[in-house]
Amino acid sequence: MYLLRLAWASLLNRRFTALLTLCSIALSVALLLAVERVRVEARASFAGTVSGTDLVVGARSGSVNLLLYSVFRIGNATNNIRWESFQHYAQHPQVRWAIPLSLGDSHRGYRVLGTSEAYFEHYRYGQNQALELAEGRAFAEDPFEVVLGSEVAKSLNYRLDQSLVLAHGVATISLVQHEDKPFRVVGILKPTGTPVDRTLHVPLSGIEAMHIDWQGGMPSAAQRISADQARQLALTPKAITAFLLGLNSKIATFAVQRDINQYSGEPLLAILPGVALQELWGLMSTAEQALFLISLCVVFVGLLGMLTVILASLNERRREMAILRSVGARPWHIAGLLMFESLALAALGILAGCSLVSLGIWLAQDAVQAHYGLYLPLAWPSTYELILLGTVLSAAWLMGLIPAWRAYRQSLADGLSIHS
Amino acid sequence: MQPTLELTHVQFSWPQQPELLLNIPQLQLAAGECLFLHGPSGSGKTTLLGLLSGIQKPTQGRICILGQDLSQRSAGARDHFRADHTGYIFQQFNLLPFLSVQENVELSCRFSKRRAQRAQQQHGSQGQAAKHLLQHLGLPSPLWSQRADSLSVGQQQRVAAARALIGQPELIIADEPTSALDADSRAAFLELLFSECQAVQASLLFVSHDLSLAPLFQRSLSLPELNQAHPVVGAC
Ligand SMILES: Nc1ncnc2c1ncn2[C@@H]1O[C@H](COP(=O)(O)OP(=O)(O)OP(=O)(O)O)[C@@H](O)[C@H]1O
Ligand SMILES: [Mg+2]
Repeated sequence: MYLLRLAWASLLNRRFTALLTLCSIALSVALLLAVERVRVEARASFAGTVSGTDLVVGARSGSVNLLLYSVFRIGNATNNIRWESFQHYAQHPQVRWAIPLSLGDSHRGYRVLGTSEAYFEHYRYGQNQALELAEGRAFAEDPFEVVLGSEVAKSLNYRLDQSLVLAHGVATISLVQHEDKPFRVVGILKPTGTPVDRTLHVPLSGIEAMHIDWQGGMPSAAQRISADQARQLALTPKAITAFLLGLNSKIATFAVQRDINQYSGEPLLAILPGVALQELWGLMSTAEQALFLISLCVVFVGLLGMLTVILASLNERRREMAILRSVGARPWHIAGLLMFESLALAALGILAGCSLVSLGIWLAQDAVQAHYGLYLPLAWPSTYELILLGTVLSAAWLMGLIPAWRAYRQSLADGLSIHS
Repeated sequence: MQPTLELTHVQFSWPQQPELLLNIPQLQLAAGECLFLHGPSGSGKTTLLGLLSGIQKPTQGRICILGQDLSQRSAGARDHFRADHTGYIFQQFNLLPFLSVQENVELSCRFSKRRAQRAQQQHGSQGQAAKHLLQHLGLPSPLWSQRADSLSVGQQQRVAAARALIGQPELIIADEPTSALDADSRAAFLELLFSECQAVQASLLFVSHDLSLAPLFQRSLSLPELNQAHPVVGAC
């Protein structure tokens, strides 16, 4: 016990270099943890976004592509699918619920999703959680009602009953606004940590009404139809972008998938979101592994720095060791002092690194969510992270053996005489 | 009465050096005696003290301290024996700079139960024992809690003496402890050392190349005369 105090006092005596060493370890550990945390949370948040959906159906293209544009609002659909196809499968005996998705409009950088009431009723995210309204209600009869995702409302500072204008297309600077058909905010959703937070939800009829007087991607100048006139018209959509299906039993999934993929009406693609996600992770894994390896290397460099500092201190500490030997310390006491030193530096560095990551997440949480849609929770290290940190500590311990061994030899060779 | 220290036919050479550095047929130190051993630089004084304190082992011969043959014992047992029975004073830089003066004195008790117990029996606690010695060696109490490296060299040597003396070891070994001091403080230091050694009935083996100190001791010996091996001695 006294030995620990001694080692600690000696380390404090060299606090400047010790602190620098500690900082480099802390930063490297923070990097490692951050990379790991982002990787895991990205996966969890992606997986959580589709957790309740059995099949995603869209026009035939790549499955990753379909998953990205339909559920994650990344990229654009290559083709639409016909409303009849949706209706056909919505009535399929194995289908418990079907949610139509119609994308293509935006509002100040946020995507607009045309959908049905089924979305609020059946969509599930995370651990089987349903969408909940923080304020107001879901949209109902009127086509010009909008329900905001929590982040949209928060960052644009929108309230209930406010009216807003949607833009055609998804570019941030939209050229053409649907100015003649403003939407009224009727509800604001609670945060979900999914792309839902960054989406404006309107009824399919609203999407249809907005574009009813459009021809070839432009408002037709000849015959404008006002919002009130539009309300009177039949606003059944002709096409949607994709739809989500929930099935009565998981066992039926493959059968329904095959059925959809062989649909005679038009070429459709049905994917299992979990499988498509795996495919996506497969695509990402090289980059992930590279990043992980780099951060491991950085940790190694941090530990190497520690080793250098301790080894460099050995020579100037010969006196200290001879004194300890003279009062009866064994060579292994001396080795123990150095082991303690490397372990203490590594352990403190790891603790500081963890704090740094937590601080970083706390500070950047909102920005990351706003820019990347990734919710990074402030959490205790996971088992895997603990294993990683344990490995770092073990590596530090192994490295600590080197100066310990050298000090052991040195104190044996020096005895009580110091030739410096 | 049993001698504190007895060397018979001790030979020693450093591993990398083939020729003998020390070959001492006979050397004795009686209980309570203060012996001065002088020799020029490089004559092997420090090496001899290393043997006596059990850090090194003689290649030949017997080193008996308090009747125990050190050369028969394992390295660990010798370390233990040293902690219990000897106090060591270096030439200079005796103290751990990051500990306080008092903690430096108590350091000897940390590696020896026996000396910790003795200090406790005599003075109630290790702290009391340390303070007692520091006071006797003329270090004012405001210094006791200061960092050891804030003291002057002379003060540091007295702290080192206190560390060697705490817990009443039977043998005090001093390796030129006065060489960094001026003549006045040298004499004063020696006087204090003598009286404290006497107070705890310790034998003192004091080595130095400074012959002018010899008259202050009861007995003085020359290492080159004692040593049958004749190492090449030069100023370094
Ligand atoms: N730890 C060591 N390892 C190898 N050789 C050593 C070691 N210590 C001393 N020597 C050698 O032993 C010889 C005697 O050295 P030592 O330090 O014992 O002399 P000394 O009489 O104490 O000299 P000084 O008065 O300068 O302190 C020297 O030649 C030195 O090179
Ligand atoms: Mg010497």
